[in-house]
Amino acid sequence: MKRVNNLARFVIVGALLALVATGCNVDREWVTSRDPSEAEAQEEMQEQAAFFDIEGSPELDRAAREYQDYVDGQSELLVVRTEEFTSAVKAGDVAEGKELYASSRVPWERIEPIAEKFGTLDPEVDAREGDVPQRQWGGFHRIEQALWVENTTKGQGEYADELMSDVERLERKVDGVELQASDPVFGAVELLNEVSATKITGEEERYSHTDLYDIAANVEGAKVAFDFVKPVVKRENPELVAEIEARFESVEREIEPYRRGDGWVSYDQVDEDQRRGLSQKIDALAEPLSRVGRVLSGGS
Amino acid sequence: MEVRRQIGKHEETEGSLLGRKISRRGALTLAGAFGTGLTLGTGGALSARELAQADQTVEFYGEHQAGIATPQQDRLHFASFDLTTSDAGEVRELMRAWSEAAATMCAGHLVGGENEDAFVPPDDTGEAQDLTAGHLTITFGFGPTLFEKDGEDRFGLASRRPGALQPIPDLPGDNLDPSLSGGDLCVQACADDPQIAFHAVRNLARIGRGLAVIRWSQLGFGRTSSTSSAQKTPRNLMGFKDGTNNIRAEDEGAMDDYVWVREGPDWMKGGTYLVARRIRMLIEIWDRSPLLEQEQTIGRHRASGAPIGKQDEFDPVDLKAKGPDGLPAIPMDSHVRLSRQNPNERILRRGYSFTDGMDSKTGQLDAGLFFISFQRDPGEQFVPLQRRLGQSDRLTEYIQHTGSAVFACPSGVGPGGYVGERLFA
Repeated sequence: MKRVNNLARFVIVGALLALVATGCNVDREWVTSRDPSEAEAQEEMQEQAAFFDIEGSPELDRAAREYQDYVDGQSELLVVRTEEFTSAVKAGDVAEGKELYASSRVPWERIEPIAEKFGTLDPEVDAREGDVPQRQWGGFHRIEQALWVENTTKGQGEYADELMSDVERLERKVDGVELQASDPVFGAVELLNEVSATKITGEEERYSHTDLYDIAANVEGAKVAFDFVKPVVKRENPELVAEIEARFESVEREIEPYRRGDGWVSYDQVDEDQRRGLSQKIDALAEPLSRVGRVLSGGS
Repeated sequence: MEVRRQIGKHEETEGSLLGRKISRRGALTLAGAFGTGLTLGTGGALSARELAQADQTVEFYGEHQAGIATPQQDRLHFASFDLTTSDAGEVRELMRAWSEAAATMCAGHLVGGENEDAFVPPDDTGEAQDLTAGHLTITFGFGPTLFEKDGEDRFGLASRRPGALQPIPDLPGDNLDPSLSGGDLCVQACADDPQIAFHAVRNLARIGRGLAVIRWSQLGFGRTSSTSSAQKTPRNLMGFKDGTNNIRAEDEGAMDDYVWVREGPDWMKGGTYLVARRIRMLIEIWDRSPLLEQEQTIGRHRASGAPIGKQDEFDPVDLKAKGPDGLPAIPMDSHVRLSRQNPNERILRRGYSFTDGMDSKTGQLDAGLFFISFQRDPGEQFVPLQRRLGQSDRLTEYIQHTGSAVFACPSGVGPGGYVGERLFA
């Protein structure tokens, strides 16, 4: 009976998620133009709806807690690195800003599906030009444009402050939420979907061409998430685990040649054929990874 | 090999419609009987949907692969794949999984065993769920690069490569795009409904993810040939009837002489070779050519399809006939004349009209004929035929061959078998 209840909730949650998606991405004003208390209540409802409530086995619960620790750690790291990045921007140091930009985003990219659950945080931190009305556009990519296109930090202080306060808010929110086993399970695939949807094309970092930092971080985050649930999956379906691990290796092999020191080559040096090859490797990995969800319904 | 997950329980598709096992052929007969008002007897009723479904299926299993001699459907989705695995065992498992999924889809059933679990994506992508089987046929083929690529025997199959499976050589007038040519494997999905054909290719591509990637694919929206004497001759995008003189499946002698392979390695016996050519028509130029020029180019009248100077589509083509001016009635450089110079070059055509929208460089329609032919030896049939056409055919002023591929389509297999089983055994 419990199963049925969970499934029913799953469906409701899905419907709410669809509402949330329309509410926050398409017209952010819709949320912010109402009075503050209503906007807050709205955001809270979105957040509740964004988290699944699925009863799992003790093993899956443990996986959820382990993943929670990881997400907490990454959100703390995000605060530290963003602090360094925004300080450079506020100090007017363009070169230092460019140097720190990509690596400050790495912790964000590792846990992006969790960050995206918190209502307006994702568009505030990570919107690209055109995703939100121009006058509301801030966050990482606003500063990216200033640094790479205009080669300046002028006028960026305000965006730097907002970004800092947003990532601190993320850290507090992550701290206050209880993750479920479904978070690492679905999160792993969602991270790869991020790669397939906007990263592989080079749209995400259209000014800095630091897309490979994001891609590598998405893959890394997916691997970590999968590793937490792996023991459960392995017992039920060792063949699936072997297949997923082989495909992770194949993605890592594909990315490896682009590594330069601590970072990655500029994405504009990766040609169309190479991008397609990488995209196909990601698809090949995400397909079996999407079947890990079977552990949540008690099968494999 | 997780790829086997997708395999459907095709045995179910054989149906136990009346509580006992009957073959699909039997189901067809029953459907026919029902249609003429006969009762079904005892043992439970067939739902209307089951009957409709049974009537819309083409058997996947058989002596020859379906989609060659079976009546040509109106819609096509063709896909060429490159293998990304280097393991021959994985290729074998892929063909096994593909064959079983194909049999399942051709019977009008959902692919895979898991379509209900809320926590995983359904095995079947779902877009054909409420449609009939739509006479879906799925035909598989193996390209020359499966046997040897860049001088390398990738899967240890080089010794089993048939001599007739050679890349199509460069031919006069070719303007080939390598990204629209070649491939290790092919899937030809034909159906009455484009969504059914698309669904087939999509699900096979999904099953193959991690082992094979789509190299190129082509949608065809209307058949340009008849493969059965019961079918009316359709028109291609030039407005002319196409395939009047095509080999008909009912003509078993011609099928044996020109289409089915009898020589070479055992695994190809009962199979055939598929040649695919993406032929772009220079539509705007054709459209501003006078009717006389169009008819002289083809060698037939447009309205009737009759050879020039004759009345009926099926009137014999008389290459010696003279026109009122004393010149050959059917011009020396016309398509019909040049196509018929060597009777040994007959082929079974099974092509489709296509459009890929607009050519952004010129603003012109990107449309034409996706030519597919089946023959027992492309080097003796298609290649010399096209070499002559490419050199002399007046039609070459109005067309460009932009894609080219050849595949060996093995014989059919029985229930439980997989296409290529004698190659990989």
